[in-house]
Amino acid sequence: MNQPLDFWSMMFVFVLASFIGVGVIRRVSRLLHTPLMSITNAISAIAVVGSIIVTGADYPRSIRIMGAIALFASMTNIVSGFLITDRMLKMFKTDRKPADRP
Amino acid sequence: MSHGLVQLAYLIATVLFIFALHWMNTPATARNGVYAGVAAMTIAILVTWAQPEVVHHGWIALAILAGFVVGVPLSRVPLTAVPQRTALSHAFGGLAAGLVGTAKYYLWFSEGPENLTAFRMIAIIVEVLLGFLTFTGSLMAAGKLQEVKWIPQRPVTYPLQNVSNLALLGIALLAGVLLTLHPAAAWAPRLFPVVILLALTFGVLLIIPIGGADMPTVIAILNSYAGLAAVAMGFVLDNKLLITAGALDGSSGLILAIIMCRAMNRSFTNVLFGAFGQAQQVKSGGEQKEYKSETVEGGAQVLEQANLVVIVPGYGMAVAQAQHKVRELYDQLKKRGVTVKFAIHPVAGRMPGHMNVLLAEADIPYTDLVEMDEINPEMPQADVALVVGANDVVNPAARSDRTSPIFGMPIIDADKARTVFAIKRSKNPGFAGIDNELYFSDRTWMLFGDAKNVVGELVKQLSGSGVH
Repeated sequence: MNQPLDFWSMMFVFVLASFIGVGVIRRVSRLLHTPLMSITNAISAIAVVGSIIVTGADYPRSIRIMGAIALFASMTNIVSGFLITDRMLKMFKTDRKPADRP
Repeated sequence: MSHGLVQLAYLIATVLFIFALHWMNTPATARNGVYAGVAAMTIAILVTWAQPEVVHHGWIALAILAGFVVGVPLSRVPLTAVPQRTALSHAFGGLAAGLVGTAKYYLWFSEGPENLTAFRMIAIIVEVLLGFLTFTGSLMAAGKLQEVKWIPQRPVTYPLQNVSNLALLGIALLAGVLLTLHPAAAWAPRLFPVVILLALTFGVLLIIPIGGADMPTVIAILNSYAGLAAVAMGFVLDNKLLITAGALDGSSGLILAIIMCRAMNRSFTNVLFGAFGQAQQVKSGGEQKEYKSETVEGGAQVLEQANLVVIVPGYGMAVAQAQHKVRELYDQLKKRGVTVKFAIHPVAGRMPGHMNVLLAEADIPYTDLVEMDEINPEMPQADVALVVGANDVVNPAARSDRTSPIFGMPIIDADKARTVFAIKRSKNPGFAGIDNELYFSDRTWMLFGDAKNVVGELVKQLSGSGVH
């Protein structure tokens, strides 16, 4: 196994991705920090990828039960995270429509 | 699907995730970010599901369905409850990471101990520690935010708290080192649950000493931990998509935590250690000072004559559900040609950006929501500063009183406006237990009562006098 090589390439990905993350997040409008948090919740539920393998592969039952709980938890975050982000973002408007006025 | 195609799909998902966050830089493009995120996630799920080693499709479908059943209602909570929903989702994220790490360890232990290299073991231990401490820590935070009865709201402190917490973490790390050195030992599978248990306990103890006012920072830190747990999972599974997406989440939480910290004038080390020992001493006030109170009729008259009114909202506005009445007030004043702006302090509310979302829900254009640094130079020109449910973020003691627990915290200069109206439920001091000098200033008039009622009365006065 070329394990040391793997480790270093993963480390490079991690460090570079963190810098991209910092660069991108710093520019996020302060108005949107709450939606930002809910969308990153959904994105970090990418743990779903690991959960699917652990749940679906031909592993012992006890392992797959752990996987299924993890998959359920990640999926909950994906669904509720994206939906609530969109729900909040829809509320941010520049000007109010005349119909809203009393 | 070949290895190359899978990696290509993951790469596309990675790029889409970066765009998702990039588009959040302005409200105009932010919704595209959601679509990009959904597309990326769908690609990642389908491609993974299509892997040849995945054979139990029923289990996957069932777990995904259950995720929808719980996820959809969770996305429909009232916006005042968004902080606890967010904390709850950090808990789910931590749980998923912890479980996958645990599953992988036992799998490799029984089916291929040669896979348990030192590097993988370190990654598994980090994943499990971060995952499970985020799980219980976030549950505690969610409980405190939801004001669950058996979870104490006030900070709980006891002697040697920091020492015992750090000792606990030390024992967990020591067990982790032992497992890394001897991952396939006969006792290893019995030591592993000890690490889990310690992580779960540590998560609870980490949040117990933290009070409601520090919640925005704590939520941001837990956000970061949940992301880092996903990164560790990426290291365990050798999956770069997990590493990238987790790193994006981790850095987002970190930046938000730094912003919150600066807004409260707290040090960064303080944040990294989970805001340990933040219990502040309640200072007993010296001489008894007198409030000057004003009637809503008088208040309405002054508001009507103003050119520029700056409203400073705080968590009290959310508690009283006053944001819709505030919008009516905004409408009434706008109708009279009064310029109305909202001054948003970064830590107002219970999570970063909380006030903006609540006011946007009440249909107030986001162009009138102004950050602290931009509004402060304008405050001397403001005819009226109307403080709705905010307290510490407008306390001038932060500028002048070295003995005050909030000394050095940047504040909204409400005291520089020509007239200050402060809506306050009672004559008690605010959350931090500190007297607010602003309330005793020559220019300040108090409007006592529930924020929703007082603002409603102001609206009534204004709409009444608008008739003649």
